[in-house]
Amino acid sequence: MAAEAMKEMPDLAKVQEAIDQAVPTKGSEDTDDYQYGFHYPDESVFRSKKGLRRETVEEISWIKEEPDWMLQKRLEALEIYFSKPMPQWGGNLNALNFDDIYYYVKPTDSQGKTWDDVPDNIKETFDRIGIPEDERKFLGGVGAQYDSEVVYHSLKKELSDQGVIFLDMDAGLREYPDLVREYFTSIIPSADNKFAALNTAVWSGGSFVYIPAGVKVDIPLQAYFRINSENMGQFERTLIIAEEGAEVHYVEGCTAPSFSSDSLHSAVVEIFCKPGSRVRYTTIQNWANNVYNLVTKRAVAYRDATMEWVDGNLGSKLTMKYPSVYMMEPGAHGEILSIAFASRGQHQDAGGKVIHAAPHTSSIITSKSISKNGGRASYRGLLKVAKGAVGSKSNVVCDALILDDESRSDTYPYIEIDEQEVTIGHEATVSKIGDEQLFYLMSRGLSEAEASNMVVRGFIEPLVRELPMEYAVEMNRLIQLQMEGSVG
Amino acid sequence: MGAELAIRNLHVKVEGNEILTGVDLTVRAGEVHSLMGPNGSGKSTLAYILMGHPAYEVDEGEVLLDGENILELEPDERARKGLFLAFQYPTPIPGVSVADFLRTAVSSIRLGPSEEGRTTELIPMREFRKEIRERMTELDIDHSFARRHLNDGFSGGEKKRAEILQMSLLKPRIAVLDETDSGLDIDALRAVADGVNRQLSSELGVLLITHYQRILNYIEPNFVHIMVDGRIVQSGGPELAHELEAKGYDMVKDLV
Repeated sequence: MAAEAMKEMPDLAKVQEAIDQAVPTKGSEDTDDYQYGFHYPDESVFRSKKGLRRETVEEISWIKEEPDWMLQKRLEALEIYFSKPMPQWGGNLNALNFDDIYYYVKPTDSQGKTWDDVPDNIKETFDRIGIPEDERKFLGGVGAQYDSEVVYHSLKKELSDQGVIFLDMDAGLREYPDLVREYFTSIIPSADNKFAALNTAVWSGGSFVYIPAGVKVDIPLQAYFRINSENMGQFERTLIIAEEGAEVHYVEGCTAPSFSSDSLHSAVVEIFCKPGSRVRYTTIQNWANNVYNLVTKRAVAYRDATMEWVDGNLGSKLTMKYPSVYMMEPGAHGEILSIAFASRGQHQDAGGKVIHAAPHTSSIITSKSISKNGGRASYRGLLKVAKGAVGSKSNVVCDALILDDESRSDTYPYIEIDEQEVTIGHEATVSKIGDEQLFYLMSRGLSEAEASNMVVRGFIEPLVRELPMEYAVEMNRLIQLQMEGSVG
Repeated sequence: MGAELAIRNLHVKVEGNEILTGVDLTVRAGEVHSLMGPNGSGKSTLAYILMGHPAYEVDEGEVLLDGENILELEPDERARKGLFLAFQYPTPIPGVSVADFLRTAVSSIRLGPSEEGRTTELIPMREFRKEIRERMTELDIDHSFARRHLNDGFSGGEKKRAEILQMSLLKPRIAVLDETDSGLDIDALRAVADGVNRQLSSELGVLLITHYQRILNYIEPNFVHIMVDGRIVQSGGPELAHELEAKGYDMVKDLV
């Protein structure tokens, strides 16, 4: 991946040092190692009735005082949602009771401009996750969503002075209705899939990002999505527009409490990369094990634009997510780095899609999955080259690492090439963590657990080294927490 | 007191076939033993079993390090007791740099094992960096080598040099070198042999496993043992290796 766009490569030894300091000491038993499983009492100011009906959608739109066109779009999407069958091709969705979910939970009446404006419980939640601290240290802007609404938003003044817009989606709709109307659902129409329709019907929160032509945002903008309520459905909606020559790195993180009943997270993200622009979208999701995570993410890249998805999928019960890049004009470049970690009771069905719709476009998909303790990791990807997209190049590499006999890995690579004159590479490997590797490392004094950690760390290194230092540390730390107690 | 590795009447099976059929051998600190033998005689099996490879089962006999039977110990426990194996075919660990790995290994050996499932406490970076650079210079290894991924895409010579580099940092009391000369050209062989010689001391015992006599021109053994069909059929001084070089393994055929 074009590393020059981002900060210099993190020194992995430094990363390791930072991890050593960051990881709290823990017991070794194979219990729930999820450290964000806490929740605070529900103090929401409004929640819709459980289940989804026309009134739910009307109520959400009414509370938000939306323009009529948005209500109509929602209602239309709701019809589509009801009419589409539950997808059966991926993970098992049959156990999720959609009638037992709150589709809208409003946690507070107002959005904070400073963290002091945010209600105590909510502020404390984000303190424990470390958001205000990260904001002070290295972020250009922060959005923090709690259940259905964004409760805090900030953007550094030097960025807003350059015309950068970074708002929650609801504020985006209020303040820039014409822009939103022009782009909203234009890449992911409601009819695209059942969950895109669901999101369009009940969306709330998410980010609206606009980078004016030529503006290069060199520090990340970050949104954090936190579910607090039980049986919650979170449906944030994100729209990113990078004008010609603009650059931005947008990062999202997500966590939720561990509840015994299921929650649903179903987001839609649409990104426009105008000519010569460069957008990187990094996800480090770390959902609790009761969350169904069904997300549609898609970007279009025009002439000489670069779109990069860095997608870290940890936690959740089931994740189905295949970020995609449509390369619409010559010189467009799409890149997807995907990592998935599936442990007991988890199915990560993740991957990516690249669509070459113009000549001389290029793409790379790199997928790394790890499964352990009976977890299941699937790579599902599409590489499509349209007729006439001559001179296109694509390389797809998916590697799976299986840590024990109970665990499972599958690969579903779909390749549709309608043009002769192209350069395509596809490689898939599945390896079990090798006895030889463990023996070699242990012969040098490493315990079995430490040896496994090291093999896994090496396995994901090609991906982690693409992340800015702070996120590389976070990713390694999360993987390490997943690994703890995994041996024996 | 120096270390002592004593192998007593060792019988080993691999997938039901008896590979070692009663090996007796004692290596003490300050000694260099050369174990020679034709392909398939069980030399590498012995190396693996000493280090605790999980695929091999000991049928009978014992391996004592300073009088303690180590056969029930995990490989990392053996390593921390001062045993080292230079692999004939070092295993690639993609994505893990030589420096990252070695810092963890050196820390595990010197500071003790990590708590289960936890990362090892690490020796200070500055101290480690200084040390690894010195050792690399001695072995004529470019310093950029520390950033490469362990054994991944290494040439034959690089792999063997990396093994000796590890040995020099881990400072074992008993080192088993398994075919450390195989696949090396003469310059690489000399560099590796120099690296081993530099480490020889009254504190270190070496078991040098080799098919050819060639490396013994550079590392002089005190004792030479010939292994055929899973046991040692003849032992002697350095002259035995020369005799073997001249006559070939035919000379011990009758002893089997």
